[in-house]
Amino acid sequence: MKYINEFRDGKTARVLAGAIAAETRADRRYHIMEFCGGHTHAISRYGLSDLLPDNIRLIHGPGCPVCVLPIGRIDNAIDLALNRGVILATYGDCLRVPASGGLSLLKAKARGADVRMVYSSADALKLAQDNPERQVVFFAIGFETTTPPTAVAIVQAEKLGLANFTVFCNHVLTPAAIANILESPEVRLHGTVPLDAFIGPAHVSTVIGSQPYEHFAEEYEKPVVIAGFEPLDVMQAILMLVRQLNEGRAEVENEFSRAVTREGNVKAQNLVAEVFELRKSFEWRGLNEVPYSALRIKAKYSAYDAERRYGIAYKSVADNKACECGAILRGLKRPQDCKLFGTVCTPENPMGSCMVSSEGACAAHYTYGRYRDAVAG
Amino acid sequence: MTVRKGYIRPVDFKNGRVDMTHGSGGRAMAQLIEELFLAAFDNDWLRAANDQACFAVQSGRMVMATDSHVVSPLFFPGGDIGCLSVHGTVNDVAMSGARPLYLSASFILEEGFPLADLKRIVESMAHAAREAGVAIVTGDTKVVEQGKGDGVFITTTGVGVVPAGVNISGDRARPGDVILVSGTLGDHGVAIMSSRESLGFETSIRSDTAALHDLVARMVEAVPDIHALRDPTRGGLATTLNEIARQSGVGMMLREEAIPVRQEVEAACEFLGLDPLYVANEGKLICICAKEHAEPLLAVMRAHPLGAEAAIIGSVHEDPHHFVQMETGFGGKRIVDWLTGEQLPRIC
Repeated sequence: MKYINEFRDGKTARVLAGAIAAETRADRRYHIMEFCGGHTHAISRYGLSDLLPDNIRLIHGPGCPVCVLPIGRIDNAIDLALNRGVILATYGDCLRVPASGGLSLLKAKARGADVRMVYSSADALKLAQDNPERQVVFFAIGFETTTPPTAVAIVQAEKLGLANFTVFCNHVLTPAAIANILESPEVRLHGTVPLDAFIGPAHVSTVIGSQPYEHFAEEYEKPVVIAGFEPLDVMQAILMLVRQLNEGRAEVENEFSRAVTREGNVKAQNLVAEVFELRKSFEWRGLNEVPYSALRIKAKYSAYDAERRYGIAYKSVADNKACECGAILRGLKRPQDCKLFGTVCTPENPMGSCMVSSEGACAAHYTYGRYRDAVAG
Repeated sequence: MTVRKGYIRPVDFKNGRVDMTHGSGGRAMAQLIEELFLAAFDNDWLRAANDQACFAVQSGRMVMATDSHVVSPLFFPGGDIGCLSVHGTVNDVAMSGARPLYLSASFILEEGFPLADLKRIVESMAHAAREAGVAIVTGDTKVVEQGKGDGVFITTTGVGVVPAGVNISGDRARPGDVILVSGTLGDHGVAIMSSRESLGFETSIRSDTAALHDLVARMVEAVPDIHALRDPTRGGLATTLNEIARQSGVGMMLREEAIPVRQEVEAACEFLGLDPLYVANEGKLICICAKEHAEPLLAVMRAHPLGAEAAIIGSVHEDPHHFVQMETGFGGKRIVDWLTGEQLPRIC
């Protein structure tokens, strides 16, 4: 595959690994959080940790759209599909997320709910056009990457005059989550989570640009390097972060310059601003209520807002007591530190959301990396 | 008085549709069997018109395998449910090293299904069976009401004979053994996905559906002591190797760079967020053999049209955890785990 395999080349990886090993200082440790699930997946799938010196620790962040979705929101979606007679259109990743009462969207489907997997918001819109006698609700989730396509669907639904299409909006914002982690007592006060630097999101940054991260570099003195999702991107970003930390710099650098600009995609941003507005607060799995961290549909487009049409009431639901997803999403614990990991919680029977998506820290470690625990234990 | 010559209006294979009478056991069913199934599969056993097929038993060991086929869509680039239902069972029989002899075929038809499509499917089955040199000797047809099926479901069962001295089994992989694959991976699964309405992307990839027993016969002839053979269908290479690792109580190490995957398949998987190691194949086999047999087997496979792109992809070793691992092209290591649920595309 041209333009992709170049970023997966083993020889270049070894050169980069050599450079990282040569430049890391033996007298310190490097705690680097990759915010995005896409990076977590690449790190695990390509066995990146094997190429890094022991004093670099990668901490998996909360940037997995499925993982941070709280149980209550999945319950809402299940209720729509099971009890309100709608066609619920959802991304495939959401199907297996465990919700209350042992249910998931997949299990609700087996009980007669009409749940359809779609690849894009456009597919959901098409479902509505093809089924004029049915109500179609698009279960919209994700960070800034998936938000513009949802906005497009809503604008198009209005143009088409579709009366049977609504969106259950659960879009969340990356900078708010990063700020929440940096403001958390574990990081700020106690230092129980050492956090030296961030690998910045790839696809999210193509939309929002690199500018929003400048605040973190300046205010919290944490270097950020925005990186693509290919393994060489991640290696290069780690090298850039090691250099910044060695030199005592805290800047936003852009490794993913082939796709990310400082301003980002202004057209997409304007579209999002046209359709959505900030929520005062939104519950994240693992991070609890985070102020101004999510979007809702503006009153102007209320005809397409499933929350308004179906009077959806949000009810917070606590995680299983033994589940460590929250601590893992905040970087407090590693997947293998959770008692449930690999025993009662496996990709076949996920207890927590981090075990569901292949971008989740637990699923990535279980699927690709658990041979290391076997060797260690 | 003249006796009128009996005339039965032939089944309308142009515009007709399956209806409930085609499964009721009456004249309509008999007519469908005669004009469609018997005409296409034609052989002495079927012509005998009994409820069972009677054939002589050879000495030695026989194998039997069964497979249900529920593919959607029914017609896809490179094949259809008809030839697939023959290849699938022929291959399951052949993976024991056996020569497949006879097949049974059982159809569950949905009311309203176009007879023209059914005819295409049955003729494709007949063609595949003739090509493979196996006879479809007995069968059954049922019709379910509209909405209770998905057009056509086909179950085939096959029997075959294992040559003397051959003992191929998933529990015989031993530390030191070598793992071979007969060609590129993921072609069938990607061809199917490309033709699903909801995805509908354009690709030149065709299903690899094929009967592998002739390839197996050549391999067994060259090396009777092959340890394990399996066709990596659902769940792909990854899941099949995990099955064998568990059965044999061993671990495996693959080399990512050695695993043959077509560029188009790799690219399609890339944008769908799938891993070709988990995508289904219908015309490939995995072979595990002693180290000294690997090169001779590779030569035999490459000399066969269905094994031209065969490759040695890894080896078997001791591992109490029975992990299948892979050295990535990137230089790291990772587990190649069982498939979890269905392969689902990622969001970002």
